[in-house]
Amino acid sequence: MTGLTAAELSAKLQSREISAQEAAEAHFDRIETIDGDYGAYLLLCREEAMKQAEAAQAMLDAGDAPALCGIPYALKDNIVTKGITTTCASKVLEGWVPPYSASVYQQMQNQGMVLLGKTNLDEFAMGTSTENSAYQLTRCPWDPHCSPGGSSGGSAAAVSAELAPISFGSDTGGSVRQPASLCGVVGFKPTYGRISRYGLVAFASSLDQIGPFGRTVEDTSLAFEAVAGHDRHDSTSLPNAAYSSKELKSGSLKGLKMAIPKELFGDEVDPGVKEVFERGIKKLQAEGAIVSIVSLPSLQLGVTTYYIIAPAEASSNLGRYDGIRFGPRIEEGDHNKSTAMTRGQLFGHEVKLRIMVGTYALSAGYYDAYYHRAQQVRGLMADEMAEVMKEHDVIISPTSPVSSFRLEDDSLDQMALKMLDLCTIPANMGGFPSISIPCGADNDMPVGLLLTGPVMGDEKLLQAAWAAEQALGFVGRRPPIL
Amino acid sequence: MSISMEEVRRTAELARLELDEAELAAFQGELNALLGHFEDIQEVDTEGLDPKPHAVALTSVWAEDEIEEGLSREDALSGAAKTRAGLFIVPTVIEESH
Repeated sequence: MTGLTAAELSAKLQSREISAQEAAEAHFDRIETIDGDYGAYLLLCREEAMKQAEAAQAMLDAGDAPALCGIPYALKDNIVTKGITTTCASKVLEGWVPPYSASVYQQMQNQGMVLLGKTNLDEFAMGTSTENSAYQLTRCPWDPHCSPGGSSGGSAAAVSAELAPISFGSDTGGSVRQPASLCGVVGFKPTYGRISRYGLVAFASSLDQIGPFGRTVEDTSLAFEAVAGHDRHDSTSLPNAAYSSKELKSGSLKGLKMAIPKELFGDEVDPGVKEVFERGIKKLQAEGAIVSIVSLPSLQLGVTTYYIIAPAEASSNLGRYDGIRFGPRIEEGDHNKSTAMTRGQLFGHEVKLRIMVGTYALSAGYYDAYYHRAQQVRGLMADEMAEVMKEHDVIISPTSPVSSFRLEDDSLDQMALKMLDLCTIPANMGGFPSISIPCGADNDMPVGLLLTGPVMGDEKLLQAAWAAEQALGFVGRRPPIL
Repeated sequence: MSISMEEVRRTAELARLELDEAELAAFQGELNALLGHFEDIQEVDTEGLDPKPHAVALTSVWAEDEIEEGLSREDALSGAAKTRAGLFIVPTVIEESH
Protein backbone atom coordinates (compact mmCIF):
# COMPACT_ATOMS: atom_id res chain seq x y z
CA MET A 1 0.00 0.00 0.00
CA THR A 2 2.91 2.37 0.74
CA GLY A 3 3.99 2.18 -2.92
CA LEU A 4 0.75 3.81 -4.07
CA THR A 5 0.66 7.44 -5.08
CA ALA A 6 -1.60 9.80 -3.13
CA ALA A 7 -3.96 9.86 -6.13
CA GLU A 8 -4.18 6.05 -6.17
CA LEU A 9 -4.56 5.86 -2.40
CA SER A 10 -7.26 8.51 -2.53
CA ALA A 11 -9.31 6.46 -5.02
CA LYS A 12 -9.13 3.43 -2.70
CA LEU A 13 -10.05 5.50 0.35
CA GLN A 14 -12.95 7.23 -1.39
CA SER A 15 -14.32 3.89 -2.65
CA ARG A 16 -13.74 2.54 0.89
CA GLU A 17 -11.69 -0.35 -0.44
CA ILE A 18 -9.27 0.50 2.34
CA SER A 19 -9.68 2.54 5.51
CA ALA A 20 -7.80 5.62 6.68
CA GLN A 21 -6.58 3.62 9.69
CA GLU A 22 -5.17 0.90 7.40
CA ALA A 23 -3.39 3.51 5.27
CA ALA A 24 -1.80 5.08 8.36
CA GLU A 25 -0.85 1.69 9.89
CA ALA A 26 0.79 0.53 6.65
CA HIS A 27 3.00 3.62 6.66
CA PHE A 28 3.89 3.32 10.36
CA ASP A 29 4.82 -0.34 9.77
CA ARG A 30 7.16 0.58 6.95
CA ILE A 31 8.63 3.50 8.92
CA GLU A 32 9.32 1.22 11.87
CA THR A 33 10.92 -1.37 9.61
CA ILE A 34 13.25 0.83 7.58
CA ASP A 35 13.46 4.40 8.86
CA GLY A 36 16.15 3.39 11.33
CA ASP A 37 18.38 3.16 8.25
CA TYR A 38 17.36 6.53 6.74
CA GLY A 39 16.48 8.85 9.62
CA ALA A 40 13.82 10.77 7.72
CA TYR A 41 11.58 11.28 10.76
CA LEU A 42 12.56 13.13 13.93
CA LEU A 43 9.26 12.31 15.60
CA LEU A 44 6.35 9.97 14.92
CA CYS A 45 2.90 10.91 16.17
CA ARG A 46 1.16 7.54 16.06
CA GLU A 47 -1.41 8.19 18.76
CA GLU A 48 -2.50 11.54 17.30
CA ALA A 49 -2.42 10.05 13.77
CA MET A 50 -4.77 7.23 14.68
CA LYS A 51 -7.22 9.78 16.10
CA GLN A 52 -6.97 11.82 12.90
CA ALA A 53 -7.44 8.63 10.83
CA GLU A 54 -10.56 7.77 12.77
CA ALA A 55 -12.01 11.23 12.14
CA ALA A 56 -11.03 10.92 8.46
CA GLN A 57 -12.81 7.59 8.16
CA ALA A 58 -15.97 9.13 9.60
CA MET A 59 -15.77 11.83 6.90
CA LEU A 60 -15.21 9.19 4.20
CA ASP A 61 -18.12 7.10 5.46
CA ALA A 62 -20.38 10.14 5.41
CA GLY A 63 -19.49 10.72 1.73
CA ASP A 64 -18.37 13.89 -0.09
CA ALA A 65 -14.98 13.91 1.67
CA PRO A 66 -12.15 16.16 0.33
CA ALA A 67 -9.78 14.59 -2.24
CA LEU A 68 -6.96 13.94 0.22
CA CYS A 69 -9.14 12.85 3.17
CA GLY A 70 -7.41 9.97 4.94
CA ILE A 71 -4.09 10.50 3.12
CA PRO A 72 -1.07 10.23 5.42
CA TYR A 73 1.62 12.91 5.16
CA ALA A 74 4.74 14.25 6.87
CA LEU A 75 5.69 17.79 7.91
CA LYS A 76 9.13 19.33 8.14
CA ASP A 77 9.82 20.03 11.80
CA ASN A 78 9.87 23.81 11.36
CA ILE A 79 6.09 23.88 10.83
CA VAL A 80 4.35 24.25 14.17
CA THR A 81 1.84 21.65 15.30
CA LYS A 82 -0.25 22.34 18.40
CA GLY A 83 0.48 19.80 21.11
CA ILE A 84 3.21 18.08 19.02
CA THR A 85 6.88 18.88 19.67
CA THR A 86 8.45 21.21 17.10
CA THR A 87 12.23 21.63 17.27
CA CYS A 88 13.50 23.05 13.96
CA ALA A 89 16.20 20.37 14.54
CA SER A 90 17.73 22.80 17.04
CA LYS A 91 18.73 22.43 20.69
CA VAL A 92 17.33 25.95 21.15
CA LEU A 93 13.80 24.54 20.78
CA GLU A 94 14.43 21.14 22.31
CA GLY A 95 11.19 19.77 23.71
CA TRP A 96 9.11 22.81 22.71
CA VAL A 97 5.42 21.99 22.37
CA PRO A 98 3.74 24.77 20.37
CA PRO A 99 0.50 26.25 21.78
CA TYR A 100 -0.90 26.85 18.26
CA SER A 101 -0.89 25.26 14.80
CA ALA A 102 0.42 26.49 11.47
CA SER A 103 -2.37 27.36 9.05
CA VAL A 104 -1.28 24.55 6.70
CA TYR A 105 -1.56 21.97 9.47
CA GLN A 106 -4.96 23.30 10.49
CA GLN A 107 -6.16 23.20 6.87
CA MET A 108 -5.02 19.60 6.43
CA GLN A 109 -6.66 18.56 9.69
CA ASN A 110 -9.90 20.12 8.45
CA GLN A 111 -9.64 17.98 5.31
CA GLY A 112 -9.09 14.75 7.24
CA MET A 113 -5.45 14.32 6.29
CA VAL A 114 -3.35 12.25 8.69
CA LEU A 115 -0.04 13.56 10.08
CA LEU A 116 2.44 10.67 10.44
CA GLY A 117 5.28 12.67 11.95
CA LYS A 118 7.78 15.50 11.81
CA THR A 119 10.80 15.23 9.54
CA ASN A 120 14.46 16.09 9.93
CA LEU A 121 16.03 19.27 8.54
CA ASP A 122 19.14 21.39 8.73
CA GLU A 123 18.82 23.41 11.94
CA PHE A 124 16.36 26.26 11.26
CA ALA A 125 16.40 25.19 7.58
CA MET A 126 19.95 26.48 7.14
CA GLY A 127 21.88 24.11 4.95
CA THR A 128 21.90 21.97 1.84
CA SER A 129 22.56 18.47 3.21
CA THR A 130 20.43 18.06 6.39
CA GLU A 131 23.77 17.43 8.18
CA ASN A 132 23.25 20.60 10.24
CA SER A 133 20.46 18.92 12.23
CA ALA A 134 21.30 18.93 15.95
CA TYR A 135 19.72 15.49 16.29
CA GLN A 136 20.49 13.04 13.50
CA LEU A 137 21.71 12.40 9.98
CA THR A 138 19.25 11.64 7.20
CA ARG A 139 20.37 9.35 4.40
CA CYS A 140 19.48 9.38 0.73
CA PRO A 141 17.26 6.39 -0.09
CA TRP A 142 19.18 5.91 -3.36
CA ASP A 143 22.47 5.45 -1.49
CA PRO A 144 22.57 5.53 2.31
CA HIS A 145 26.17 6.80 2.26
CA CYS A 146 24.90 9.95 0.56
CA SER A 147 23.00 13.05 1.62
CA PRO A 148 19.31 13.51 0.82
CA GLY A 149 20.07 17.20 0.20
CA GLY A 150 18.58 19.93 2.33
CA SER A 151 17.34 21.64 4.15
CA SER A 152 14.07 19.65 3.84
CA GLY A 153 16.05 16.39 3.55
CA GLY A 154 13.76 14.44 5.88
CA SER A 155 10.61 15.31 3.95
CA ALA A 156 12.27 14.44 0.61
CA ALA A 157 13.69 11.14 1.90
CA ALA A 158 10.34 10.18 3.48
CA VAL A 159 8.52 10.47 0.15
CA SER A 160 11.35 8.83 -1.81
CA ALA A 161 11.54 5.84 0.57
CA GLU A 162 7.73 5.49 0.51
CA LEU A 163 7.45 6.43 4.19
CA ALA A 164 4.70 8.91 3.22
CA PRO A 165 3.01 9.53 -0.14
CA ILE A 166 3.34 13.30 0.25
CA SER A 167 5.13 15.68 2.59
CA PHE A 168 5.83 19.36 3.08
CA GLY A 169 9.00 21.34 3.48
CA SER A 170 10.03 24.98 3.30
CA ASP A 171 12.06 26.60 0.54
CA THR A 172 14.10 29.75 1.19
CA GLY A 173 16.80 29.26 -1.44
CA GLY A 174 16.03 25.78 -2.76
CA SER A 175 15.33 23.76 0.38
CA VAL A 176 12.39 21.89 -1.17
CA ARG A 177 13.61 21.59 -4.77
CA GLN A 178 17.26 20.62 -4.17
CA PRO A 179 16.48 17.65 -1.84
CA ALA A 180 13.68 16.61 -4.21
CA SER A 181 16.28 16.50 -6.97
CA LEU A 182 18.77 14.47 -4.92
CA CYS A 183 16.09 12.01 -3.74
CA GLY A 184 14.44 11.52 -7.14
CA VAL A 185 11.05 12.99 -6.23
CA VAL A 186 9.03 16.08 -7.17
CA GLY A 187 9.39 19.23 -5.04
CA PHE A 188 7.49 22.45 -5.63
CA LYS A 189 7.99 25.98 -4.35
CA PRO A 190 4.80 27.88 -5.25
CA THR A 191 4.55 31.61 -5.92
CA TYR A 192 5.47 33.45 -2.72
CA GLY A 193 2.20 34.07 -0.88
CA ARG A 194 0.09 31.21 -2.24
CA ILE A 195 0.63 29.04 0.84
CA SER A 196 0.32 30.73 4.23
CA ARG A 197 3.55 31.07 6.20
CA TYR A 198 1.65 31.43 9.49
CA GLY A 199 3.25 28.88 11.79
CA LEU A 200 6.28 28.27 9.60
CA VAL A 201 9.18 29.16 11.89
CA ALA A 202 10.73 32.18 10.19
CA PHE A 203 14.20 31.96 8.65
CA ALA A 204 14.24 34.69 5.95
CA SER A 205 10.69 35.97 5.77
CA SER A 206 10.89 37.61 2.33
CA LEU A 207 12.13 34.35 0.77
CA ASP A 208 10.52 31.56 2.85
CA GLN A 209 7.74 29.56 1.22
CA ILE A 210 6.17 26.24 2.24
CA GLY A 211 6.10 23.67 -0.56
CA PRO A 212 4.92 20.08 -1.15
CA PHE A 213 6.78 16.90 -2.15
CA GLY A 214 5.28 13.97 -4.06
CA ARG A 215 6.46 11.05 -6.15
CA THR A 216 4.49 12.43 -9.11
CA VAL A 217 3.56 15.91 -10.32
CA GLU A 218 -0.09 14.96 -9.84
CA ASP A 219 0.42 14.15 -6.15
CA THR A 220 2.41 17.35 -5.67
CA SER A 221 -0.36 19.32 -7.34
CA LEU A 222 -3.01 17.69 -5.10
CA ALA A 223 -0.93 18.46 -2.00
CA PHE A 224 -0.56 22.09 -3.15
CA GLU A 225 -4.31 22.32 -3.72
CA ALA A 226 -4.95 21.14 -0.15
CA VAL A 227 -3.03 24.03 1.43
CA ALA A 228 -3.08 26.90 -1.10
CA GLY A 229 -5.27 29.87 -0.32
CA HIS A 230 -5.44 33.29 1.28
CA ASP A 231 -4.87 33.43 5.01
CA ARG A 232 -5.63 36.52 7.08
CA HIS A 233 -3.01 35.44 9.62
CA ASP A 234 -0.22 36.05 7.08
CA SER A 235 0.00 39.61 5.79
CA THR A 236 2.10 38.45 2.80
CA SER A 237 -0.57 35.93 1.76
CA LEU A 238 -1.88 36.71 -1.75
CA PRO A 239 -5.57 37.51 -2.33
CA ASN A 240 -6.24 34.94 -5.08
CA ALA A 241 -4.03 32.22 -3.72
CA ALA A 242 -6.37 29.22 -4.06
CA TYR A 243 -5.41 26.55 -6.59
CA SER A 244 -7.20 23.73 -8.42
CA SER A 245 -5.63 20.59 -9.93
CA LYS A 246 -8.51 20.21 -12.37
CA GLU A 247 -6.65 21.37 -15.51
CA LEU A 248 -3.32 19.73 -14.61
CA LYS A 249 -3.45 17.00 -17.23
CA SER A 250 -4.30 19.37 -20.04
CA GLY A 251 -0.59 20.28 -20.04
CA SER A 252 1.33 19.74 -23.28
CA LEU A 253 4.89 20.31 -24.45
CA LYS A 254 3.80 21.10 -27.99
CA GLY A 255 4.99 24.62 -28.77
CA LEU A 256 6.00 25.24 -25.13
CA LYS A 257 8.82 27.79 -25.08
CA MET A 258 11.62 26.89 -22.67
CA ALA A 259 14.63 29.08 -21.91
CA ILE A 260 17.92 27.75 -20.48
CA PRO A 261 19.97 30.53 -18.83
CA LYS A 262 23.58 29.81 -19.74
CA GLU A 263 24.63 31.15 -16.33
CA LEU A 264 22.95 28.10 -14.70
CA PHE A 265 24.59 25.65 -17.05
CA GLY A 266 28.28 26.56 -16.80
CA ASP A 267 31.36 24.99 -15.23
CA GLU A 268 29.70 24.69 -11.81
CA VAL A 269 27.49 21.93 -13.22
CA ASP A 270 28.92 18.43 -12.95
CA PRO A 271 29.50 16.71 -16.34
CA GLY A 272 27.31 13.73 -15.35
CA VAL A 273 24.44 16.06 -14.43
CA LYS A 274 24.92 17.97 -17.69
CA GLU A 275 24.63 14.78 -19.70
CA VAL A 276 21.40 13.70 -17.97
CA PHE A 277 19.98 17.21 -18.39
CA GLU A 278 20.86 17.28 -22.11
CA ARG A 279 19.29 13.85 -22.66
CA GLY A 280 16.18 15.13 -20.87
CA ILE A 281 16.01 18.21 -23.07
CA LYS A 282 16.08 16.01 -26.19
CA LYS A 283 13.06 14.09 -24.86
CA LEU A 284 11.19 17.33 -24.25
CA GLN A 285 12.06 18.57 -27.74
CA ALA A 286 10.87 15.30 -29.24
CA GLU A 287 7.45 16.09 -27.74
CA GLY A 288 7.40 19.54 -29.31
CA ALA A 289 9.07 21.80 -26.73
CA ILE A 290 10.96 24.77 -28.21
CA VAL A 291 14.18 25.17 -26.25
CA SER A 292 16.49 28.16 -26.50
CA ILE A 293 19.58 29.36 -24.65
CA VAL A 294 19.33 32.80 -23.04
CA SER A 295 21.64 34.94 -20.95
CA LEU A 296 20.65 36.42 -17.58
CA PRO A 297 23.95 37.82 -16.31
CA SER A 298 22.66 38.78 -12.85
CA LEU A 299 21.96 35.12 -11.97
CA GLN A 300 25.71 34.67 -11.42
CA LEU A 301 25.29 36.96 -8.44
CA GLY A 302 22.45 34.92 -6.94
CA VAL A 303 24.51 32.98 -4.39
CA THR A 304 26.14 36.14 -3.01
CA THR A 305 22.87 38.03 -2.97
CA TYR A 306 21.17 35.17 -1.15
CA TYR A 307 23.95 34.75 1.40
CA ILE A 308 23.60 38.41 2.35
CA ILE A 309 19.81 38.80 2.35
CA ALA A 310 18.90 35.48 3.99
CA PRO A 311 21.35 35.78 6.93
CA ALA A 312 20.37 39.45 7.39
CA GLU A 313 16.73 38.50 7.78
CA ALA A 314 17.67 35.44 9.85
CA SER A 315 19.79 37.48 12.28
CA SER A 316 16.68 39.51 13.03
CA ASN A 317 14.19 36.60 13.06
CA LEU A 318 16.37 34.47 15.33
CA GLY A 319 16.69 37.29 17.83
CA ARG A 320 13.63 35.86 19.58
CA TYR A 321 15.51 32.84 20.91
CA ASP A 322 16.55 34.03 24.34
CA GLY A 323 15.30 31.14 26.43
CA ILE A 324 12.63 33.24 28.14
CA ARG A 325 9.40 32.38 26.31
CA PHE A 326 10.33 29.01 24.82
CA GLY A 327 13.16 26.51 24.87
CA PRO A 328 15.79 25.85 27.51
CA ARG A 329 17.77 28.68 29.12
CA ILE A 330 21.25 28.67 30.54
CA GLU A 331 21.46 30.94 33.59
CA GLU A 332 24.81 32.55 34.23
CA GLY A 333 25.47 36.08 35.39
CA ASP A 334 23.13 38.86 34.33
CA HIS A 335 20.37 38.80 31.72
CA ASN A 336 22.59 39.65 28.74
CA LYS A 337 25.19 37.08 29.75
CA SER A 338 22.54 34.35 30.22
CA THR A 339 20.96 35.15 26.87
CA ALA A 340 24.31 35.09 25.08
CA MET A 341 25.27 31.84 26.82
CA THR A 342 21.94 30.24 25.85
CA ARG A 343 22.34 31.28 22.22
CA GLY A 344 26.07 30.59 22.05
CA GLN A 345 25.76 27.09 23.44
CA LEU A 346 22.46 25.91 21.97
CA PHE A 347 22.65 27.19 18.37
CA GLY A 348 24.73 25.04 16.02
CA HIS A 349 27.74 26.33 14.10
CA GLU A 350 26.02 27.08 10.77
CA VAL A 351 23.18 28.97 12.46
CA LYS A 352 25.67 31.05 14.45
CA LEU A 353 27.69 31.72 11.30
CA ARG A 354 24.62 33.02 9.50
CA ILE A 355 23.57 35.16 12.45
CA MET A 356 27.09 36.61 12.44
CA VAL A 357 27.04 37.25 8.67
CA GLY A 358 23.61 38.88 8.90
CA THR A 359 24.46 41.00 11.93
CA TYR A 360 27.65 42.19 10.21
CA ALA A 361 25.89 42.93 6.90
CA LEU A 362 23.28 45.04 8.72
CA SER A 363 25.69 46.83 11.04
CA ALA A 364 26.51 50.51 10.78
CA GLY A 365 29.04 51.18 8.05
CA TYR A 366 28.38 47.98 6.10
CA TYR A 367 24.65 48.22 5.43
CA ASP A 368 25.03 50.04 2.11
CA ALA A 369 27.86 47.87 0.80
CA TYR A 370 26.10 44.61 1.58
CA TYR A 371 22.41 44.57 2.44
CA HIS A 372 21.23 47.55 0.40
CA ARG A 373 23.32 46.52 -2.60
CA ALA A 374 22.11 42.90 -2.36
CA GLN A 375 18.52 44.13 -2.45
CA GLN A 376 19.29 46.15 -5.57
CA VAL A 377 20.79 43.05 -7.22
CA ARG A 378 17.76 41.05 -6.10
CA GLY A 379 15.57 43.48 -8.04
CA LEU A 380 17.83 43.15 -11.05
CA MET A 381 17.58 39.35 -10.96
CA ALA A 382 13.79 39.39 -10.67
CA ASP A 383 13.51 41.91 -13.53
CA GLU A 384 15.80 39.94 -15.85
CA MET A 385 13.82 36.76 -15.20
CA ALA A 386 10.45 38.44 -15.66
CA GLU A 387 11.71 39.87 -18.96
CA VAL A 388 12.69 36.40 -20.27
CA MET A 389 9.30 35.06 -19.17
CA LYS A 390 7.57 37.51 -21.48
CA GLU A 391 8.97 35.56 -24.44
CA HIS A 392 9.14 32.09 -22.86
CA ASP A 393 6.72 29.93 -20.88
CA VAL A 394 9.29 28.51 -18.50
CA ILE A 395 12.93 28.91 -17.51
CA ILE A 396 14.69 25.54 -17.15
CA SER A 397 18.00 24.30 -15.77
CA PRO A 398 19.35 21.41 -13.72
CA THR A 399 17.95 21.74 -10.16
CA SER A 400 21.29 21.07 -8.51
CA PRO A 401 24.75 21.36 -10.08
CA VAL A 402 25.56 17.91 -8.62
CA SER A 403 23.70 14.71 -7.80
CA SER A 404 23.82 13.43 -4.22
CA PHE A 405 27.20 13.65 -2.47
CA ARG A 406 28.69 11.60 0.35
CA LEU A 407 27.71 12.44 3.92
CA GLU A 408 30.34 13.97 6.20
CA ASP A 409 32.60 14.75 3.26
CA ASP A 410 35.18 17.22 4.56
CA SER A 411 36.40 18.03 1.06
CA LEU A 412 33.24 20.07 0.45
CA ASP A 413 33.99 23.51 1.83
CA GLN A 414 31.36 26.00 2.98
CA MET A 415 31.22 27.78 -0.34
CA ALA A 416 31.00 24.54 -2.37
CA LEU A 417 27.93 23.59 -0.32
CA LYS A 418 26.46 27.04 -0.84
CA MET A 419 26.95 26.81 -4.63
CA LEU A 420 24.46 23.92 -4.56
CA ASP A 421 21.75 26.59 -4.42
CA LEU A 422 22.95 28.32 -7.59
CA CYS A 423 20.03 27.24 -9.78
CA THR A 424 17.27 27.36 -7.17
CA ILE A 425 17.96 30.76 -5.56
CA PRO A 426 16.72 32.95 -8.45
CA ALA A 427 13.09 31.82 -8.02
CA ASN A 428 13.05 32.86 -4.35
CA MET A 429 14.42 36.29 -5.21
CA GLY A 430 11.44 37.15 -7.40
CA GLY A 431 8.82 35.00 -5.64
CA PHE A 432 8.48 32.88 -8.80
CA PRO A 433 6.89 29.41 -8.70
CA SER A 434 9.50 26.74 -9.35
CA ILE A 435 9.39 22.94 -9.45
CA SER A 436 11.97 20.16 -9.57
CA ILE A 437 11.03 16.91 -11.29
CA PRO A 438 13.24 13.85 -11.83
CA CYS A 439 15.05 14.16 -15.17
CA GLY A 440 16.98 10.89 -15.14
CA ALA A 441 19.88 9.29 -13.27
CA ASP A 442 23.64 9.59 -13.34
CA ASN A 443 25.28 6.38 -12.07
CA ASP A 444 21.94 5.41 -10.53
CA MET A 445 21.70 8.70 -8.62
CA PRO A 446 18.74 10.95 -9.52
CA VAL A 447 19.17 14.26 -11.32
CA GLY A 448 16.44 16.90 -11.22
CA LEU A 449 15.07 19.23 -13.87
CA LEU A 450 14.03 22.67 -12.61
CA LEU A 451 11.17 24.56 -14.23
CA THR A 452 10.36 28.13 -13.17
CA GLY A 453 7.43 30.29 -14.28
CA PRO A 454 6.07 33.80 -13.72
CA VAL A 455 4.45 35.00 -10.48
CA MET A 456 0.95 33.48 -10.16
CA GLY A 457 1.75 31.19 -13.11
CA ASP A 458 1.64 28.09 -10.85
CA GLU A 459 -1.18 26.48 -12.85
CA LYS A 460 0.66 26.64 -16.18
CA LEU A 461 3.96 25.70 -14.57
CA LEU A 462 2.49 22.55 -13.03
CA GLN A 463 0.85 21.65 -16.35
CA ALA A 464 4.23 22.01 -18.08
CA ALA A 465 5.88 19.93 -15.35
CA TRP A 466 3.23 17.24 -15.70
CA ALA A 467 3.78 17.08 -19.47
CA ALA A 468 7.56 17.02 -19.00
CA GLU A 469 7.21 14.19 -16.47
CA GLN A 470 5.33 12.11 -19.03
CA ALA A 471 8.10 12.71 -21.62
CA LEU A 472 11.00 12.02 -19.24
CA GLY A 473 9.69 8.62 -18.12
CA PHE A 474 11.32 8.51 -14.68
CA VAL A 475 8.10 7.75 -12.75
CA GLY A 476 8.10 4.18 -11.49
CA ARG A 477 11.86 4.06 -10.85
CA ARG A 478 12.35 3.33 -7.16
CA PRO A 479 15.34 3.57 -4.86
CA PRO A 480 17.02 0.23 -4.06
CA ILE A 481 15.26 -0.37 -0.71
CA LEU A 482 14.02 -3.76 0.54
CA MET B 1 37.17 43.78 2.68
CA SER B 2 38.43 41.76 5.61
CA ILE B 3 37.12 41.55 9.11
CA SER B 4 39.33 42.03 12.15
CA MET B 5 39.14 40.04 15.38
CA GLU B 6 37.79 43.16 17.06
CA GLU B 7 34.93 43.32 14.55
CA VAL B 8 34.20 39.62 15.04
CA ARG B 9 33.95 40.19 18.81
CA ARG B 10 31.74 43.26 18.33
CA THR B 11 29.45 41.38 15.90
CA ALA B 12 29.10 38.45 18.32
CA GLU B 13 28.23 40.92 21.06
CA LEU B 14 25.58 42.63 18.91
CA ALA B 15 24.17 39.21 18.01
CA ARG B 16 24.12 38.14 21.68
CA LEU B 17 26.29 35.11 21.03
CA GLU B 18 28.76 34.05 23.72
CA LEU B 19 31.63 32.44 21.80
CA ASP B 20 34.92 31.08 23.09
CA GLU B 21 38.28 32.09 21.61
CA ALA B 22 38.48 29.05 19.31
CA GLU B 23 35.03 29.76 17.91
CA LEU B 24 35.77 33.44 17.43
CA ALA B 25 38.89 32.51 15.45
CA ALA B 26 36.94 30.01 13.36
CA PHE B 27 34.26 32.59 12.60
CA GLN B 28 36.87 35.16 11.64
CA GLY B 29 38.22 32.73 9.03
CA GLU B 30 34.80 31.78 7.72
CA LEU B 31 33.52 35.36 7.62
CA ASN B 32 36.59 36.48 5.72
CA ALA B 33 36.17 33.64 3.23
CA LEU B 34 32.51 34.54 2.68
CA LEU B 35 33.20 38.28 2.42
CA GLY B 36 35.80 37.41 -0.20
CA HIS B 37 33.12 35.67 -2.25
CA PHE B 38 30.78 38.62 -1.71
CA GLU B 39 33.13 40.92 -3.62
CA ASP B 40 31.34 40.08 -6.88
CA ILE B 41 28.37 42.31 -6.10
CA GLN B 42 30.62 45.26 -5.29
CA GLU B 43 31.48 45.41 -8.97
CA VAL B 44 27.88 45.73 -10.19
CA ASP B 45 26.71 49.14 -11.29
CA THR B 46 23.70 49.60 -9.02
CA GLU B 47 23.28 53.32 -9.67
CA GLY B 48 19.57 54.11 -9.82
CA LEU B 49 18.40 50.54 -9.10
CA ASP B 50 15.54 50.22 -6.64
CA PRO B 51 16.14 47.84 -3.75
CA LYS B 52 13.67 44.92 -3.72
CA PRO B 53 12.77 43.99 -0.16
CA HIS B 54 9.81 41.71 -0.98
CA ALA B 55 9.33 38.67 -3.20
CA VAL B 56 5.87 39.82 -4.25
CA ALA B 57 5.01 43.30 -3.00
CA LEU B 58 1.58 43.94 -1.51
CA THR B 59 0.46 47.31 -0.21
CA SER B 60 -1.95 48.27 2.54
CA VAL B 61 -2.85 44.83 3.78
CA TRP B 62 -5.63 45.14 6.31
CA ALA B 63 -7.55 42.43 8.08
CA GLU B 64 -11.23 42.75 8.93
CA ASP B 65 -11.69 43.91 12.49
CA GLU B 66 -13.19 40.68 13.73
CA ILE B 67 -13.18 39.46 17.29
CA GLU B 68 -11.63 36.02 17.56
CA GLU B 69 -10.16 33.84 20.24
CA GLY B 70 -6.43 34.44 20.68
CA LEU B 71 -3.90 32.43 22.64
CA SER B 72 -4.93 31.99 26.24
CA ARG B 73 -2.53 33.25 28.89
CA GLU B 74 -1.93 29.65 29.94
CA ASP B 75 -1.03 28.62 26.38
CA ALA B 76 1.21 31.64 25.85
CA LEU B 77 3.17 30.76 28.97
CA SER B 78 3.28 27.02 28.27
CA GLY B 79 6.76 27.03 26.74
CA ALA B 80 8.44 29.30 29.27
CA ALA B 81 11.13 28.00 31.61
CA LYS B 82 9.95 30.19 34.51
CA THR B 83 6.56 31.74 35.19
CA ARG B 84 4.84 33.17 38.23
CA ALA B 85 1.31 34.51 38.73
CA GLY B 86 0.58 34.29 35.00
CA LEU B 87 3.73 36.17 33.98
CA PHE B 88 7.07 35.35 32.34
CA ILE B 89 9.88 35.60 34.85
CA VAL B 90 12.85 37.54 33.52
CA PRO B 91 16.01 38.62 35.28
CA THR B 92 16.41 42.19 36.47
CA VAL B 93 17.64 44.34 33.61
CA ILE B 94 17.31 47.81 35.12
CA GLU B 95 19.61 48.36 38.03
CA GLU B 96 19.05 50.83 40.81
CA SER B 97 21.13 53.99 40.42
CA HIS B 98 23.23 55.04 43.31
